[in-house]
Amino acid sequence: MGKTEKIYFYPVWLRIWHGINALGIIILIITGISMQSSLDSPLIGFSLTINLHNIAGVVVMLSYFVFFIGNMVTNNGKYYLIKIKGFFKNPIKQGIYYAWGMFHGQKLPFPLSEKRKFNPLQKYSYVLIMYIAVPVVIITGIALLFPELIIEEVYGFSGLFLTAILHSVMGFFISIFLIIHIYVASIGKSPVDNFKSIISGWHHL
Amino acid sequence: MNSRFILIFSSLFYFCSLITNAQSYENAQHHQCLKCHSNQTYAFLNSVKGKEEKRLMNPYFILDTVAMANAVHKQFDCTDCHSSEYTTYPHNGNLKLEPLSTCLDCHGGDESYAKYKFEQIQEEVKKSVHYKVYGENFSCSKCHSQHTYVTTARNSDNVLDIVEKDNQMCSSCHNDMKKYKMVSGHENPKLVQVHDWLPNQELHFRHVRCVECHTEVIDSLMVSHNILGKDQAVKKCVECHSANSRLKASLYKYENLQKRSEARGIQNVLSNSSYMIGTQQSPFLKMLSILIFFAVLSGIIIHTLFRIFKK
Repeated sequence: MGKTEKIYFYPVWLRIWHGINALGIIILIITGISMQSSLDSPLIGFSLTINLHNIAGVVVMLSYFVFFIGNMVTNNGKYYLIKIKGFFKNPIKQGIYYAWGMFHGQKLPFPLSEKRKFNPLQKYSYVLIMYIAVPVVIITGIALLFPELIIEEVYGFSGLFLTAILHSVMGFFISIFLIIHIYVASIGKSPVDNFKSIISGWHHL
Repeated sequence: MNSRFILIFSSLFYFCSLITNAQSYENAQHHQCLKCHSNQTYAFLNSVKGKEEKRLMNPYFILDTVAMANAVHKQFDCTDCHSSEYTTYPHNGNLKLEPLSTCLDCHGGDESYAKYKFEQIQEEVKKSVHYKVYGENFSCSKCHSQHTYVTTARNSDNVLDIVEKDNQMCSSCHNDMKKYKMVSGHENPKLVQVHDWLPNQELHFRHVRCVECHTEVIDSLMVSHNILGKDQAVKKCVECHSANSRLKASLYKYENLQKRSEARGIQNVLSNSSYMIGTQQSPFLKMLSILIFFAVLSGIIIHTLFRIFKK
């Protein structure tokens, strides 16, 4: 393979973080849905579900610090910066490519390179998830873990209820993100290529 | 003419007595009984020694006059229930042995109290662990103080208020060594230790009543009153933490709480201080999330089909 055909996109720390985060979030989603619908199977009881959710929550919180600090101190952070130029145009272009272009032999509107690790839609969704949804879900999660911290009433609304709603709404968006994330990852050189990349670190162009 | 005069006179007398009673409860210092029974001390003439003596009042005989003035029985005077001989002071020692009226003596078989179902409650109490241990001595007043009782659960629209007042009834003995020992004969187990298994114990104690887990839920009563032994108490989280929560048949059964949820719509849903994991699933959000989920799923399926067939 030629030198230009693959880029070392995912350094070791990022791959370890991604693996732990993925595992944690999958456990959180499964146990979260189970708690929300109060499933109590003899295989995994309600109290075990809660414990698992709490432990996975703390793990994801710690791994978030790794992600956050990692992005501050390494070059990886710059891939998440959104420019005002093409703020709406670029993601629309990428959307049109996914919906129409890729079936009509159109070339990638934003080919990945050393300078561009994510296409615009990818970048937007990662920023929304990693810098808004996950922090909110972590903060509300800590609050629900220590309910006595929660303000009892916010403008006449129950603080506990608002926190819980916010936590589950954000959790839901993260779940939807996960489904789309996994699906879009299958749009690579081959359906499994991108999955191999996040394990090996090398991305095939 | 004569009967009309009697009617007017007796209703005047009744209203005057209401006013004087209410006033006297509020002005404990001027009430014949409460001027001593709201005090820490009392004085009497010791006829043997021939001098006046001051003693400490038995703390269980000191009455909370503020609570009394707001309680359900506020229109009654002391001697409506206690012997009229108590009006002489010092009281005759034998008066303590007088049998007092039970709640059913007034409330039983009366149409105006039918909705409270006192008779059925009595039947349930007879099945309860309290009755088994203490028999007839475990009267209603052990939990529902005849002097200070207020019907909170049926009137308040604040769940936390209902829970607090209700749990006070249980904790007044279960958190009090002397009172507990009088009934059970042994020391009271520490509530915090007994409920050690319960996660977020304090939160549970503030948001649900003890009776939620410690009684059998029956449809025909607001609170069954058949207090079960601890081995029969609910210990399974999903009994409450589920869409089909047993709380709906107990704590949230009260019309006042239901009316509140009908009245204020979305604001009420958000101001609901009784949120519980697994129960308060907002139907709107649930529907929306299912719609989004299936929209995403069908998007993915359609896209995959295109990828397969339009390569």
